Amino acid sequence: MTAKALLSIVNLHKSFGGVAATKQVSLDIVKGEIHAIIGPNGAGKTTLVSQLAGVLLPDSGRILFQGNDITRMPAHRRPHLGIARSFQITSIILDMTVLENVLLAVQAKAGHSYRFWANSGDDASLVEPAMASLEQVGLQNQAMQMAGPLSHGEHRQLEMAMVLATNPVLILLDEPTAGMGQEDSTRMVRTLQALKGSRTIILVEHDMNTVFTLADRITVLVEGQVIATADPDAIRSNPRVRQAYLGEELDSIPSEPHAEDSMTKSPPAC
Amino acid sequence: MSLPTLTLRGFVTVLMLVALALVPQLVELTGNAFLIDLATRCVILAIAAVSLNLILGYGRMISFGHAAYLGIGAYAVGIPVYYEIYNGYLHILVAMAVSAVFALATGLVCLRTRGVNFIMITMAFAQMVFFTFVSMEEYGGDDGLVIEVRSEFSRFINLEDATVLYYVCFASLLVVLYLVKRIVNSRFGMVIRGTRGNELRMQSLGFDTFRYKLICYVIAGTICGFAGALLGNFTNFISPEMMDWTRSGELIFMVVLGGAGSLFGPVLGVSVFLLLEEFLSGLWLYWQLVFGIFLILVVLFANGGIDSWLSGRSRRSHDS
Amino acid sequence: MDWTLLTVQFLNGLQLGILLFLLASGLTLIFGIMDVVNLAHGSLYMAGAFLCATFTQWFDSFFLGLLAALPAVAIIGLLVERIVIRRLYQRDHLDHVLATFGLILAFDALTQMIWGPDGQVIPLPAWLDGQVMLTADIVLPTYRLAIITTGLLVAVGLFVLVTQTRLGMRIRAGATNRTMISALGINIGMLFSIVFGIGAVLAGLAGMMIAPITEASIGMGNQIIIVAFVVIVIGGIGSIKGAFIAAILVGLIDTMGRSYLDALFKLFMSVQNAETSAPAISAMLIYILMAVILAVRPTGLFGPRGH
Repeated sequence: MTAKALLSIVNLHKSFGGVAATKQVSLDIVKGEIHAIIGPNGAGKTTLVSQLAGVLLPDSGRILFQGNDITRMPAHRRPHLGIARSFQITSIILDMTVLENVLLAVQAKAGHSYRFWANSGDDASLVEPAMASLEQVGLQNQAMQMAGPLSHGEHRQLEMAMVLATNPVLILLDEPTAGMGQEDSTRMVRTLQALKGSRTIILVEHDMNTVFTLADRITVLVEGQVIATADPDAIRSNPRVRQAYLGEELDSIPSEPHAEDSMTKSPPAC
Repeated sequence: MSLPTLTLRGFVTVLMLVALALVPQLVELTGNAFLIDLATRCVILAIAAVSLNLILGYGRMISFGHAAYLGIGAYAVGIPVYYEIYNGYLHILVAMAVSAVFALATGLVCLRTRGVNFIMITMAFAQMVFFTFVSMEEYGGDDGLVIEVRSEFSRFINLEDATVLYYVCFASLLVVLYLVKRIVNSRFGMVIRGTRGNELRMQSLGFDTFRYKLICYVIAGTICGFAGALLGNFTNFISPEMMDWTRSGELIFMVVLGGAGSLFGPVLGVSVFLLLEEFLSGLWLYWQLVFGIFLILVVLFANGGIDSWLSGRSRRSHDS
Repeated sequence: MDWTLLTVQFLNGLQLGILLFLLASGLTLIFGIMDVVNLAHGSLYMAGAFLCATFTQWFDSFFLGLLAALPAVAIIGLLVERIVIRRLYQRDHLDHVLATFGLILAFDALTQMIWGPDGQVIPLPAWLDGQVMLTADIVLPTYRLAIITTGLLVAVGLFVLVTQTRLGMRIRAGATNRTMISALGINIGMLFSIVFGIGAVLAGLAGMMIAPITEASIGMGNQIIIVAFVVIVIGGIGSIKGAFIAAILVGLIDTMGRSYLDALFKLFMSVQNAETSAPAISAMLIYILMAVILAVRPTGLFGPRGH
């Protein structure tokens, strides 16, 4: 398993003032899968993702990305390896235009930005990929608008476009549909579905509909500990998961994917 | 860029530049020699304000020590002249190099902090330079230093001629404005503006924001050091007083009055500031009372400065 | 070594430290609780000195003059808070800095209008103006001892207020965690006014105590306020304890550096080099201290950790 893993988390441990938020977590993320991390509030999902992104440093344990130890690598260097993060709270640059936001993301991928003279807005090598990302999330018509006044759903789409513009290998998605209305959330799920297979995604999400629609595999965290990692059907029927967390909530999830979903939910090769 | 349809803002910008370009002719017509002094001072301070705007307006780094570079630049002229070294190119080089080194050394410490700490530390470092020059008795200490001879360049650029000095300063302002315009629209400038908007996001995109901010900080300091060298030549007299922290405060006010984060705003801010100062100080002994209240009112009620008023929109939106 | 000189310099350093503490303690609370940068804190220091000079003349007593000036400064502080500062709470630091910079200009001009451009002398009563013989060799000025004693008493009083009273508990809560005070259902407007008032009185007291030595003069607060900022940065924003330790440290290092650095330099460099470099280096000492401390701890000695 480890051989094929894009990302391996080994015995990761993090505590805050004696309270463990991540307890000896070990987990392999396989290339190409959408791996959902679910769990009740306070289960340590965001803490785990923050450690993967490098915003928090673990107390012990290791994080291996494509076989390299990145446990202590600073946050700003991880994107260069192809690890991109989207925030739980929408994090875009409000006083720039939609296009400029994505331009910055493309620029970040292009390496250093110590170019002081040429106008970056005229640079086709930046603008073209940026527009392509905007089209992927359906924001191409708002490219020249200021990001600030857009709706919450559009902010999340822009956030997603920025993530995609860095052409990442691994995407850390922290609640991509949080606070969205039905329409926006359907749109986001569709955007993510289109990425299936081409990107590896770690998805932290509360909405069980979204999780069971998108995920190839699901890891359940309870009090910082992994209690199960398996495909959606196995998770659904896992008694420990049902007891600890899902219970009744799970029964409300349709056992088949939505009719509108044209993609088949084939598990990735593993 | 589309063909320019002249906006009010564009109109004022062009008008301003034309007026500044014609100051010496105006002096000849009116015979009012004082006008060229005022205009030279205005243009030099405008260079300083434009450089401050690069970090304050575009980068949201509230440096309260920018006048230190004016002082460093001025002493980079004054001290060599004291030793009878008159080479102007050397003066400029020293002014900019020392400013760059000072900005780099202090920036490394200042930029590790944020918010209130950043303001106070930039202020404190400027104050350190102030007291260092005060303590240097050899160069006049508190009393300052007279610059007997202005920087010498070539036969054709004789700074002792007020008109030549003015045009050198004015041309410098144009160059600096163009330079800053290129920088803020470049990839580097995008990173700086993005960092102003959301530093955490920029880091998560993979930008080492500290280094970009540091470079920006050094560029701004270096430009201001250059302005300082011009100021030393202009005043013929330099003293630590010109880098007192209240001078830095005035520079910040000029930038904000004109419109922080707009290219030409600082030039407008400096002009209005100096004209108002000139006008009020002739009117009443205690004019600073009016000036202080004016400043408070500008902060409380005029968001975005003159620039946003000219372009008809408030700039408050990007304040967090 | 001249022990009298050493002791006197030590006391001078302590006195500077005490004055800095009086200024910095109010500032650090205002920063910590309201997140407001108040450059005009030095104007309250100046206002204290001038008011004390006038009241001393009226009552023909420094002591009564000081007692009368304290509430007067408190009123000025409260007015400033009500009229200007209160409108700034929701604004960013740039606005704070500019508006309070405007306040300084206005205060300086207003003071000049009322008192004229010259400094105001405050005569000391005879019992404070003398000297105390510690030993046959060491003779100390009484008034400096009085300043230090008063300052230490105020410091103790402030510690008791902050650590032992309900008001202090709220102030501490606010200084370390601003959202907590609103969660506790405390009248924030009232708390801010009280804290600003306390800060004004402390700054005013510092000005009143120094004025008999230096005179009350226009702009007297504009230099020392920067040193008070250095103190706050070193001590850590919001920490009274940090402000106290940093103030004494800065006061002593600054004073001792100015007096003894050239002697120290002469040990390992030529007399001429020592005499030219020592004044410059001693002027930089406290800033170097600040830079070193910040390089190790960006939030100061007792500042909140992390962001």
